[in-house]
Amino acid sequence: MLTTHALILAMVLFCLGLVGLLMRRNIIYMLLSVEIMLNAASLAFIAAGARWNQADGQIMYLLILTLAAAEVSVALGIVLQISSRFQTLDADALSEMKG
Amino acid sequence: MEILFYIAAAVTVLATLRVITHLHAVHALLNLIVALIALAVIFYLLGAPFAAALEIIVYAGAIMVLFVFVVMLLNQGPLTVEQERRWLAPGIWIGPSLLALVLLGEVFYIIMANPAPSQDLVGVQPKEVAIALYGPYVIAVELASMLLLPGLIGAYHMGRRLGKERR
Repeated sequence: MLTTHALILAMVLFCLGLVGLLMRRNIIYMLLSVEIMLNAASLAFIAAGARWNQADGQIMYLLILTLAAAEVSVALGIVLQISSRFQTLDADALSEMKG
Repeated sequence: MEILFYIAAAVTVLATLRVITHLHAVHALLNLIVALIALAVIFYLLGAPFAAALEIIVYAGAIMVLFVFVVMLLNQGPLTVEQERRWLAPGIWIGPSLLALVLLGEVFYIIMANPAPSQDLVGVQPKEVAIALYGPYVIAVELASMLLLPGLIGAYHMGRRLGKERR
């Protein structure tokens, strides 16, 4: 019962992170929203691992933690570069690639 | 035990809502840290104490400190002192503090009353996780190290170029 509700909570958190990612245009907030979504995914893994009483969920959590650490260190370097080159953190202002 | 889970879940959702709706980056970060700590309480209640400790040490301790440093770096200038004064106004930290107090109350209750875990949860101890991690999952450890090395090099590259341009 607890694990089912934990999965529902993970879904809610993931949706909140997705809404934040789509709603905000500041790069810092977009990164924070990605962190929220990663956390929701790890909560789902932990809940599944607790439900089946297996260690695999926590191992996946460790891998997500590693991924988040690597991603954040590179992404924050990119944020510093953007702020020093463009003097803004608006994601819509970075349209030089004409994609 | 169940009611503790629901309180922590409510704290998580409230703090996350404050993160995505707040206009100030530092306030959003404060709320996100509270959300992460609440998530750590949930991990503990789900029978994963090792994951709960890692959530606080790595996520709330290391990754969020990186975020705070970058936000502080981006706010250089003569307006900084005035800005800091506004950040320290009581209205700002009182919301996250209340949410964190709720979590502190939960932890005290767990330590003092020592409630029984819910029936369908046995809990996965750190020993089992470690045995599985360095047994069948040892290739995943190698993959994680291969992921962390490019992360290190990438962060170093970005920061080094920035220092050169500023000089």
